[in-house]
Amino acid sequence: MLKFVVRRLLLLIPILLGVSILVFFWVRALPGGPETALLGERSTPERIAEVRRTYGLDRPIHEQYVSYLKRVASFDFGDSIQTRRPVTEEIKERFPATVELSLAAMLLAVGFGIPLGFIAAKRYQGFFDQVSIGGSLLGISIPVFFLAFMLKYVFAVKLGWLPSVGRQDPIISASHPTNFYVLDGLVTGNFNAAWDAVKHLILPAVALATIPLAVIARITRAAVLEVVNEDYVRTANAKGLSGRVVDRRHVLKNAMLPVVTVIGLQIGLLLSGAVLTETVFSWGGMGSFLGDAIFNRDFPVLQGGILFLAVVFVVVNLLVDITYGFLDPRIRVR
Amino acid sequence: MSLLSVRDLEVVFSRRGRRPVRAVDGVSFDVRAGQTLGLVGESGCGKSVTSLAIMGLLPKRGVQVAGSVLLEGRQLLGLDDGELRDLRGRDIAMIFQDPLTSLNPVLTIGRQITEILERHFGTPKREARVEAARLLDMVGIPNAARRLDDYPHQFSGGMRQRVMIASALACQPKLLIADEPTTALDVTIQAQILELLKALVVDSQSALVLITHDLGVVAGLCENVHVMYSGRIVESATRRELFGRPRHPYTAGLLASVPRLDQERGTPLRPIAGSPRDTIPWASGCAFSPRCPNQIEPCLGAPPPLLPEHAASAVQSHDLRCVNPVPAPVAEQVTAARRPRAGVASATRATATTTESGDSPPRVRRTAKAATPVRPAKAAKPAKAAKPAKPAAPSKATKPQAPRKGAR
Amino acid sequence: MSLTQAEAAEVAIETLGEEAAPKAEVWRRLRRNPSFLIGLALIVIFVIVAIAAPLLAPYSPTDRQWFDEVRPGFVPGPRAENLLGVDQQGQDELSRIIYGARYSLLIGVVSLSIGAFAGIVVGTLAGAFGGWVDSLLMRLMDVMLAIPGLLFAIGLAALLGRSLKSVMIAIAVVNVPIFARLLRSSMLAQRESDYVLASRSVGVRRWRIVMQHVLPNSISPVIVQGTLALATAIIDAAGLAFLGLGSADPSVPEWGRMLAETQRSLASAPQLAFFPGLAIVFSVLGFYLVGDALREALDPKLRR
Repeated sequence: MLKFVVRRLLLLIPILLGVSILVFFWVRALPGGPETALLGERSTPERIAEVRRTYGLDRPIHEQYVSYLKRVASFDFGDSIQTRRPVTEEIKERFPATVELSLAAMLLAVGFGIPLGFIAAKRYQGFFDQVSIGGSLLGISIPVFFLAFMLKYVFAVKLGWLPSVGRQDPIISASHPTNFYVLDGLVTGNFNAAWDAVKHLILPAVALATIPLAVIARITRAAVLEVVNEDYVRTANAKGLSGRVVDRRHVLKNAMLPVVTVIGLQIGLLLSGAVLTETVFSWGGMGSFLGDAIFNRDFPVLQGGILFLAVVFVVVNLLVDITYGFLDPRIRVR
Repeated sequence: MSLLSVRDLEVVFSRRGRRPVRAVDGVSFDVRAGQTLGLVGESGCGKSVTSLAIMGLLPKRGVQVAGSVLLEGRQLLGLDDGELRDLRGRDIAMIFQDPLTSLNPVLTIGRQITEILERHFGTPKREARVEAARLLDMVGIPNAARRLDDYPHQFSGGMRQRVMIASALACQPKLLIADEPTTALDVTIQAQILELLKALVVDSQSALVLITHDLGVVAGLCENVHVMYSGRIVESATRRELFGRPRHPYTAGLLASVPRLDQERGTPLRPIAGSPRDTIPWASGCAFSPRCPNQIEPCLGAPPPLLPEHAASAVQSHDLRCVNPVPAPVAEQVTAARRPRAGVASATRATATTTESGDSPPRVRRTAKAATPVRPAKAAKPAKAAKPAKPAAPSKATKPQAPRKGAR
Repeated sequence: MSLTQAEAAEVAIETLGEEAAPKAEVWRRLRRNPSFLIGLALIVIFVIVAIAAPLLAPYSPTDRQWFDEVRPGFVPGPRAENLLGVDQQGQDELSRIIYGARYSLLIGVVSLSIGAFAGIVVGTLAGAFGGWVDSLLMRLMDVMLAIPGLLFAIGLAALLGRSLKSVMIAIAVVNVPIFARLLRSSMLAQRESDYVLASRSVGVRRWRIVMQHVLPNSISPVIVQGTLALATAIIDAAGLAFLGLGSADPSVPEWGRMLAETQRSLASAPQLAFFPGLAIVFSVLGFYLVGDALREALDPKLRR
């Protein structure tokens, strides 16, 4: 098992290097070159010359790459053109917001998607199955931002049940030691603040969860339908095990394998979706950070943010892979 | 009273937009306690569906099962799901064809056996593990106790089938149904598994219904044989009768199409013409008639009934569904020519098996029990012929082609 | 309990001796699948609307003739004159949505064609040559896949500047690794198949085998993926437009941007967000329905 994990970690290195090269050239291909990207379009020639020197932009390209890699490795993505603050600082503040939102969405997606898919498979071609299949297709077809809009309009604007923007009501004074607002509230004993944060979380999380939920439900259904026809399930039934045991121990355990893989892939969708959802709900996370950066042509932020999220995505997928190894003994041994 | 009594079993698959298929069409047979019975036929003849119907493992939707299946007088058809599940694994167990896919890949071998004991006997975990190790040891898995925590993919095909057998016998069922238990295995392993099955069935006094397309397998294991074609039993007799005097052209064809030890070298094999798909509905005559060399006019029109054979020796029952059977004299001749040698074949057989399975002999623990009804005293007839059969032939050596059971 | 259904069904089919020719079978399954028919209808409507937009739209999409009626916090809602109301610029919403179909279809088709073509080339090269060519190309694809799709597209579109062209290129590039991997894996499977081994054994040249046998047989997963990718392309294009990465010309009626523009006036004119959103949903749904039905019909595992 350890060997398996180590091998996966080693496989990570070329991918991350590749991503860094991609982003490196991306910065160089930007209009006006990296110096403009770093400083913004309105900047003095002196300033540009200074940046060229400090970042070694006058040196050969491979040397530039090495120094770039060093900077990236020490989480130096330069300063945001918009806020003049180090991008790393901004990420530190905003990333927990995205994690909070994504986790909530993933929880919803997995918590509802798997049971939904399972029940649909058990009632194969029945009414529930047809409805959930249709519903999940519809769920996949709705653009995240449109759904976010509709939720915001109905539940925040029209009904007024839930707040429509931000992570917490500005009237509430709360300290944020971790920047996970719900957790902060709980940790500091400020349950009022925690509840408020939860209320702010609901709409964006539902919007963001819809597509992964639909995907997970579909894949669970397909996996269960396939597993249910496997010989070992017939064996389990021939053993006289109760229906519940057969479902849980034999069907679901095997059906979870493809589902776990898909959950890993959904993380990418979640991060992509977060950009749009956070923009709609003015959620102060990585997504709206990038959204603003696009609008302001804030390239250091785009560079750092995309690189950072790519690393997160790769690492999360690694974790999913390892989980998969734990679930499937055949992989573990190899 | 027989242990299992199947009467007029009928299974019809109906799918929307297609005409319904009568996979099993009025099958009746009995299994006595401890008896071994063979159900033989080509793929698609309904033998597997018969076994699934007995087990109650057929899907509910799109399938109609009619007739009656009595286990010790209790009607199994129409039992509710819970009652069936109480029965399965405890009273009737089943071994499936492909051991590679029949074990759950993500559960340990030990778990897959202990779960049965837990389910039916409420055995506590630790005891169940001890028992599972004993069962694995019984079916000849080396280091059984240590292998409990291994996963199926760490076992070879033959070993996995042994695991399947161990789990089927966990609750000492009254009836064991083995559906092509050796088909997916290598020939050498086949012999070992059959030996194991035979020994275990004798010990446990379970009745065995063996479903196979391989007459060789039947010859080695079954007292009684039913031959199925297109959903119906077309011939049923004792093994000795059937192999000695096959009367139905289909049975005769099956026998002629497999190589036999007791035939002269160079005897050509005669395959049955056509395929199981060249069939007609029973309602319009004998389903085998399109492929039958003996087809005559009365074969068509009405389905031939299953009748006791009249001309044969009245001692043994021999039922036949044919209006123009293979002529008895020919059959008699065959028997006469065959019998003596057969005796030798079976006598030499024993040595053949031991030497052959010598490299990894299945460690079968046999209780010192007197011969059960399953296995009557060794052949009464002494070997007459001088020429011994060839015991060296690897695969078929363990499957005597002729009966070694004495006449009753 | 439908657990052994497949087994039983197999027996049934075996006994019946029914085994229709694959293509006819696929078509038969599609025709009987209501979701395929609904999806196809949606696609047909979408395409017709896109092509015949000038005939169908009651007004020009850029005619601001109702601008006088627009006040802060108020736009004319649906009425006889403007069935879906009027937008912030005083343009007819229905006409803009109808013309918007053109852009969605254009972006979807162009980006898919470029992306799928490039992906197929890369996948074919990797699958046909194997060895270091394969390793190099596939590692490159892995790297591209390591960046979440929309983020990758955002980066590219930001790099190329605000235009429809850069949106198309960005989405196309995101599609490349998907098609490359798909084609490669299906080619690898084909390569081991009996008929390829047979051709190889009689000395047919590698490229000939690839072009004549392997590629045509790998095409059905590509068709399925293509249908699904078209749906994703429409969604992603809308997403990019929503983030301000679409066409630089604000008068171009892109559905995504039409949605984004209403962000400020959601409370007063929700219909301006609702209708373009609905247009996206239906066009995307059409492609998903068809893609799904195709996958089901082409999947040999499900052919029971």
